[in-house]
Amino acid sequence: MAVAAADSSPPLLAVEDLRVSFRTHDGVVRAVRGVSFDLAKGKTLAIVGESGSGKSVSTQAIVGLVRGAEVSGRATFAGKDLLTMNAEELRRIRGARIGMIFQDSLSSLHPYYRIGWQIVEMIRAHDGSVSRAEGRDRAVDLLRRVGIPHAERRVDDYPHQFSGGMRQRALIAMAMALGPELLIADEPTTALDVTVQAQVLQVMADLQREFGTAIILITHDLGVVAEVADEVVVMYAGTVMERSGRRELFYRFHHPYTEGLLGSLPSEQDVRRRLRPIPGSPPSLIRLPKGCPFHPRCPYAFERCRTDVPPLRPVYGDEAHLSACWLPTDPAGREGARADAGVTAEARGSR
Amino acid sequence: MTDVLLELDDVRKWFPLASDRLFRREREHVKAVDGVSLRVRAGETLGLVGETGSGKSTLARCMTRLHDVTSGRVIFDGVDITQMSQRDLRPVRREIQMIFQDPYGSLNPRRRVGSIIGDPYAIHGVGEGTDRKRRVQELMELVGLNPEHYNRFPAEFSGGQRQRIGVARALALRPRLIVCDEPVSALDVSIQAQIINLLADLQAEFNLTYVFIAHDLSVVRHVSDRVAVMYLGKIAEVADVESLHATPRHPYTAALLSAIPIPDPELSDRRERIILRGEVPSPINPPAGCRFHPRCPKAQDRCAGEEPALVSRNGDEEDHRAACHFPVQPGERLSAANGERP
Ligand SMILES: Nc1ncnc2c1ncn2[C@@H]1O[C@H](COP(=O)(O)OP(=O)(O)OP(=O)(O)O)[C@@H](O)[C@H]1O
Ligand SMILES: Nc1ncnc2c1ncn2[C@@H]1O[C@H](COP(=O)(O)OP(=O)(O)O)[C@@H](O)[C@H]1O
Ligand code: SF4
Ligand code: SF4
Ligand SMILES: [Mg+2]
Ligand SMILES: [Mg+2]
Repeated sequence: MAVAAADSSPPLLAVEDLRVSFRTHDGVVRAVRGVSFDLAKGKTLAIVGESGSGKSVSTQAIVGLVRGAEVSGRATFAGKDLLTMNAEELRRIRGARIGMIFQDSLSSLHPYYRIGWQIVEMIRAHDGSVSRAEGRDRAVDLLRRVGIPHAERRVDDYPHQFSGGMRQRALIAMAMALGPELLIADEPTTALDVTVQAQVLQVMADLQREFGTAIILITHDLGVVAEVADEVVVMYAGTVMERSGRRELFYRFHHPYTEGLLGSLPSEQDVRRRLRPIPGSPPSLIRLPKGCPFHPRCPYAFERCRTDVPPLRPVYGDEAHLSACWLPTDPAGREGARADAGVTAEARGSR
Repeated sequence: MTDVLLELDDVRKWFPLASDRLFRREREHVKAVDGVSLRVRAGETLGLVGETGSGKSTLARCMTRLHDVTSGRVIFDGVDITQMSQRDLRPVRREIQMIFQDPYGSLNPRRRVGSIIGDPYAIHGVGEGTDRKRRVQELMELVGLNPEHYNRFPAEFSGGQRQRIGVARALALRPRLIVCDEPVSALDVSIQAQIINLLADLQAEFNLTYVFIAHDLSVVRHVSDRVAVMYLGKIAEVADVESLHATPRHPYTAALLSAIPIPDPELSDRRERIILRGEVPSPINPPAGCRFHPRCPKAQDRCAGEEPALVSRNGDEEDHRAACHFPVQPGERLSAANGERP
């Protein structure tokens, strides 16, 4: 695949044409509609997009955690397709070789059991040779490494005795307990204050370095993306709009949706300029617009966008930079389109 | 008319704890707001930032008299409203409105939006029947809602639209001050930007004064003229927004600013982060002296014993005030000192 092409070793995880849909009373919700990406060992892939764009569902589908959904496609992890594995095989991989941290930290810890006990049980579930005492020592060590003060005492606390930031760090400790090759972190810092977020991101980076873990980080915060990502996938309405390296995404984006997200942000340099929100709101996943899913909100939309779905294709002559948009794929053509659509004045419109 | 529209003078709001021990001699309190003095000037936007539990919402509720304060004074437009009875407050309530964080939770799901937005008219007996409906529809138009959706229920609106409903309701009585408690925190960036632009337009049109609470400092920087930073129930620093960003004096402000993720890879890579140690202490028994001292990279002995006053120093403008014995100097690096303390 494009991103892996530069690198001769196969990626740790290759997701191809992943599709997930749910049957509901109102109709079929096509939450994920053909998502592909890959991830090399030790790298961080960020998935960004507005809420409901399919970030959580796509990663949960990869590890077999969406219930009542139709899932298709391939997700090859270390040479084996996770989507065709049986439940027992998957269970052995989850938690051990693939660590996971979910959006809601409180509900991911059992309220009735001590934090340390939960870590020990998690370790022992995957490695029966570890005794309770050894497990406890490891739990203390892990909690210390994620920065829990007085870990040897706090290991016996219940989840409610931890603050939100501490719980999130305890979850990271648990997810990293078995030195996984892949960590899936779904909005791990969204509910946290920026100072605590900085602590938690630091802990993740340290552990990544230590274990060589690859990370899929789901977030809607482009600031966090700029800080930690190697590669970025931008999702909208269940599909990938743009996929590129971190710098390309911020400095040489191609897709109008990416441009819209960046334009919506208050900027450091240009304080108090009028923000440029994307007009309207995301489409229903039951009745998607024809053609490009972004066309009802896109300032560049033209005839073809309303009828034909744009494929994800290389842009700017860079095989590792993909965009699903009908605009010209050369820099001059893309810039020209901006001028034609009258986006220029607004886009660069500082005061 | 005074230049200062709202003034808080040494305001405290303590919540008594349900005591669980029989023989506890003194009742314990959550000192959510513990001695805050602030002025909000007519026509400005005052940003209010701080970590979760620092007392922002409680302070907002004191400003709007949704809470009775434990001590201190709240002065609106030159009039002390601290002890005013609910009846005397009625005219004041028209002038001070609030917008809440949760566009889902703050709207009754069983009522139609037309009547929700019209609530303030009903409460204050403004207009009736078709006249009231016309006013509500004008408001809907003003905030970018389709007036034909007058009879819809909140569930039929998106998050951003629900926040617009909250804005419309707050505007109904043409208030002078709107206290916005995290009005965009629950929204996606594109919708967030729509609401921020809307609030800016309305401020210009109606000469509104805002107190704007958010934990996203880049949003606060964008909308505010001045910013107050709260820590454990107190103001750590207050300054003109540019001055605060250029020369934060309080180490906590410096840490907070350094932790904002910047959506620009180069700036992000170049920046030095101050990673704070430890946890936010409990507001029941805040640390003695400077409340920030257990986590402060600059703390010295004096900090544990003596509480710093909120004053301006170092030739700062009078408006730039910080509560710190050893204010950060321009160019001073705090990250190096960090981590030495247990
Ligand atoms: N009614 C109440 N009874 C008891 N304690 C309360 C009450 N309301 C708030 N508190 C406490 O007061 C402190 C400040 O709360 P407040 O809601 O003002 O924080 P905040 O700064 O708005 O936080 P956030 O960023 O999470 O909204 C917290 O410790 C909170 O638990
Ligand atoms: N169990 C389910 N049944 C029906 N729809 C679902 C279910 N889980 C998720 N969805 C829908 O799938 C879409 C994508 O959801 P999600 O992946 O959670 O988005 P996000 O990008 O915010 O993580 C949303 O429209 C959501 O409502
Ligand atoms: S394909 Fe058309 S509508 Fe879609 S993003 Fe590109 S220009 Fe806009
Ligand atoms: S008074 Fe001391 S502890 Fe408090 S912020 Fe200043 S240096 Fe830090
Ligand atoms: Mg999600
Ligand atoms: Mg609050």
